[in-house]
Amino acid sequence: MNHYPQAWGRPRDDVYGAYDHSYLQSAQPKTHTQSPAVTGTSVLGVKFKDGVVIAADNLASYGSLARFTDVKRIRTFPPNTVVGFGGDVSDMQYLDRLLQSLDIRENYLSSTDHVLNAKNLHTYLSKIMYRRRSDFNPLWNMLLVAGLDDEDKPFLASADLLGTTFSSPTLATGFGAHLAQPLLRRLMPNDEASVKDVTQEQAINAVKECMKVLFYRDARSMDKYSIAVITKDGVDLKEDEKLENQSWAFADQIRGYGTQVN
Amino acid sequence: MTSIGTGYDLSNSVFSPDGRNFQVEYAVKAVENGGTCIGIRTKHGVVLACEKIISSKLLKPGCNKRISTIDRNAGIVTSGLLPDGRHLTTRGRDEASSWRQTYKAPIPMSALASRLGGYVQAYTLYSSVRPFGVTAILGGWDSEAELGVDGQVGNGPAAGAGGKVDDSSTKRGGPGLYMIEPSGLYWGYYGAATGKGRQAAKGELEKLDLAAPNCSLTLKDAVLEAARIIYVAHEDSKDKEFELEMTWISALDGPTKGRHEPVPKELLEEAEKHAKKSLEPEDEDEDEDEDDMEE
Repeated sequence: MNHYPQAWGRPRDDVYGAYDHSYLQSAQPKTHTQSPAVTGTSVLGVKFKDGVVIAADNLASYGSLARFTDVKRIRTFPPNTVVGFGGDVSDMQYLDRLLQSLDIRENYLSSTDHVLNAKNLHTYLSKIMYRRRSDFNPLWNMLLVAGLDDEDKPFLASADLLGTTFSSPTLATGFGAHLAQPLLRRLMPNDEASVKDVTQEQAINAVKECMKVLFYRDARSMDKYSIAVITKDGVDLKEDEKLENQSWAFADQIRGYGTQVN
Repeated sequence: MTSIGTGYDLSNSVFSPDGRNFQVEYAVKAVENGGTCIGIRTKHGVVLACEKIISSKLLKPGCNKRISTIDRNAGIVTSGLLPDGRHLTTRGRDEASSWRQTYKAPIPMSALASRLGGYVQAYTLYSSVRPFGVTAILGGWDSEAELGVDGQVGNGPAAGAGGKVDDSSTKRGGPGLYMIEPSGLYWGYYGAATGKGRQAAKGELEKLDLAAPNCSLTLKDAVLEAARIIYVAHEDSKDKEFELEMTWISALDGPTKGRHEPVPKELLEEAEKHAKKSLEPEDEDEDEDEDDMEE
């Protein structure tokens, strides 16, 4: 008899041979999400002298399929912050719930003189993103955080799935980083120094114009969008806007666009 | 208490021959010496108010709040042993957040009261624990809007397959006010009072006729009344200084948009001034008091 307890109740090695540990082991190492599934495309943000404008369309694509057409990718955080999400929609929902529970916990203190502003929230979100990428399990999103900082100045910054942060008077994620950002920069010839000269109306118009350009050229975009204006007075969020004054005349000249395949 | 425990009051899980659990009754005694707390439920929302006795002049005014937020839409105030109240509050918050984890929606007031009631009751069953020395008043507002799940991104098709059914006639949500006693017993109330001044406060609450279907009390009236009732109830222990603390929860179209918040400073000051004024005449006349309300 084998007197070692760890061998009791097991097939005997001298009869069956040593146990082959390669069984019940997957050949592959453990993996996490390698690519997003349902995605949202660009988010645009522009500062102006008293606040920030942020916009994103209402589409969630499943690959190239326009799957969900009323998806709200602009999320608010009380009292005065807005987060715009590009990338994976389920990860956005996770983050949204996380922010909701953060808001609830913040209110446990029931003190009105301490609130989380956009800057605090951006720091928090970027750390979450970096933590998750360090776990090799990134949240597949590109975020824009818009609002006011602790001096009530306009605040706009981004965080991506690697935890990289970036801040600029105009920002765009995804396709918009290539198509809209150069157009938006025309508003700000002197970068941060130009913000004080930009009015709310100018900023809104620039964003709307860029949303149109993106709809022309980004095949994962849609003509319905959400736009939020954040000022000291609060957040004005409109979630069912439609692109106006579209002109497809330019498409006439382009080969390989629309119905002209060659 | 008429009889003494005669040996049956030393342990929780032991009944006396006449069917009483003395430990629970002693816990009720602990509550009877706590600061007065009240809750008023109106059609438009709920007001919680608390008489916070100042135990030391060295404490910073306006701090060490006694009314706590459990979830966005729910608040709790406890009377009795403060640390027990703190613990119950924490448990309420845990229940609310675990409800959200499971159902992706805010916890209904009835469910919150049930969970906390069950928790308090469990502390009357075992000899290794003592019952809670607090009576808690829970106030909240269940959203009347059709709520999606937390984190929901869209509404789906407006019509056709998977489209929405018009259910605008369905009535949902509304105010909720519950009081949980040390025995774990909880009822829903129109107006609830506990603590030292509860008898006076209950008398005043009954006069408001909150149960009447045509009760015209607005939320602001309820705030003023709550302040006055706390001041009336304080009359018995006039020697001690106190701070008035009030929070409220309104409907989604009301001042707090369905959230549990402290009553704004201006309104709180107005309510305090009003309360002090209504106490001034030696033998206060009810009619005169009513007139004050309408100003």
